Amino acid sequence: MTYEFLEHTADIKFRAKGKSIEEVFKESAMALKETMTKGTEIKKIEEKDVGVEGKDYESMLRNFLEEFLFLFDAEDFILSDVTEVMIDGFRLVATVKGDIIDNYKLTNDVKAITYNEMYVKETEKGWEAQVVLDV
Amino acid sequence: MGSTSSARCIKMEIKKISEYEWEIPKTGKMNVPGRIYASEKLISLIKQDKSLEQVSNVAQLPGIINASIAMPDAHQGYGFSIGGVAAFGMEDGIITPGGVGFDINCGVRILATDITVEDMIKKKKEILHDIFREVPSGVGRGHKEKLSIEELENVLKKGVNWAIEKRFGVKEDADRCEENGCMQNANPADVSQKAKSRGLGQLGTMGAGNHFLEIQEVDEVFDDEVAKTFGVEKGKVVIMIHSGSRGLGHQVASDFIREMENKYGNENLPDRELINAPINSELGKKYLSAMNCAVNFAFCNRQLMMHYVREVLKKHFPSSKNHLVYDVCHNIAKIEEHSVNGEMKKVCVHRKGATRSFGPGRIEVPEVYRSVGQPVIMPGSMGTFSYLLVGTKKSEELAFGSTAHGAGRVMSRSQAMREIKGEDVRKELCDCGIDLEAGSLKGVAEEAPAVYKDIDEVIKVSDSVGLAKKVVRLKPLAVMKG
Repeated sequence: MTYEFLEHTADIKFRAKGKSIEEVFKESAMALKETMTKGTEIKKIEEKDVGVEGKDYESMLRNFLEEFLFLFDAEDFILSDVTEVMIDGFRLVATVKGDIIDNYKLTNDVKAITYNEMYVKETEKGWEAQVVLDV
Repeated sequence: MGSTSSARCIKMEIKKISEYEWEIPKTGKMNVPGRIYASEKLISLIKQDKSLEQVSNVAQLPGIINASIAMPDAHQGYGFSIGGVAAFGMEDGIITPGGVGFDINCGVRILATDITVEDMIKKKKEILHDIFREVPSGVGRGHKEKLSIEELENVLKKGVNWAIEKRFGVKEDADRCEENGCMQNANPADVSQKAKSRGLGQLGTMGAGNHFLEIQEVDEVFDDEVAKTFGVEKGKVVIMIHSGSRGLGHQVASDFIREMENKYGNENLPDRELINAPINSELGKKYLSAMNCAVNFAFCNRQLMMHYVREVLKKHFPSSKNHLVYDVCHNIAKIEEHSVNGEMKKVCVHRKGATRSFGPGRIEVPEVYRSVGQPVIMPGSMGTFSYLLVGTKKSEELAFGSTAHGAGRVMSRSQAMREIKGEDVRKELCDCGIDLEAGSLKGVAEEAPAVYKDIDEVIKVSDSVGLAKKVVRLKPLAVMKG
């Protein structure tokens, strides 16, 4: 569905909403992408599969988002879109599309995904997650 | 949304002890009181976010000694506040990634030169441009040559010494770094493959965010004798380099938060980011070793950046001389000896957004500075003054030999993005005669001077309390940002 950025003195905080748990994970990834790209449009050139686990939804979300920081630093990959997310218990597999970072001028350095004020919860309207990024 | 959630903050009882000292009395689950060094002006800013709650959370951790301390530049972090200092007993204490931060050994160094301000001003645009070209910045901007895993592991073990062996510096450089630029007890086997692969292309790179490189002028000297000992002189140029351990350090922190959580669970924590392990446990020791590796990576990172700067200076001023004044860590946990109830004891000091500030005589202070105390470096925000100070005995008594680390943020990045235009900041800097090279103007807006606390106020408190004493003030001439 959507995500929005909230105030945080030193870091970046966002809240993502979705009809399903899968959608809220996807929206969280898109909020992370927005933070890393600051609106630069990224082409969908390469496809990658991402698989993570967690001990609860929060740690699974953290591990999922962290994967994009790893892909960025280690494989020069920047996310454009999450095309599919499947969640079974606390295991997640996703298919994502993006491009090589050398094709863009990116400057925003997200250091880490934190647990600070983090939650993933079911609401009357669906699912909601909140994440603070250390930048 | 209101600014930084003051309405949602838990109201903290806070007691004024003296002009610059405040206490959160020990209540509830706190093992020790909280202590904050700040002026009226700074404490009112600190109260606006969750810093005080975080100081009180840290006070609940097992084995904490004396007090949970916050420096004048404190602001909300995760786990510890930024500007948070705490020491833990070796038998009953813990070590926590939340007390170090994700950017392990984010730190600063100063390279002093014999170039006069007048000479620099004539060429500074060109020099800044050359530095911007030579020092990789922004994100994903890798080192000129990618390291092999074996070489990277040598960096993790040897720190600055790796760079010196490769002729990216001279032996004296290592002598003038905190811990001689190399933490012992750093076993690369304790660092994950993931962390290593994030670090492979990032050695010698600045990164983005609050990292910067500045050409500065020594514009005021407060202590002639110490300034002379440090080799800095009024009217001469210095270069300040601010960076950390990049993706490698961030991954080490994330890895161990996960490992500690899997091992110990997060049920009884005041804050999930305060996940910890006993210092004496296998996992605690493993984190210390992996963190030391990241510390060494960061030392080496700044050394390479300094080497590139030296190459540029050599090109423009072939006969000029320069020397590293000092390199300090702002995010680290270390085993150090401190006086606890009148007895010298080994403790694990966490400094998160805080600088070690050892006074005269300590063996850890390089021999050349041992008679006066260690250099302490506090960068201001972009375009404002920075300071070089000297460590004190007083800070050893009050704060396990620690002081503040700089200005500290007051405005959120999103608010800065809305309210400040990068182009306006560039113009303001330009009006002050400060040149700017930056990867993006949006990044410039996020780090504009208005988003930081007043560095002069932070320095005033640090100097008045005696946590570190002012030596010289540094005025920016040119700034490079990622």
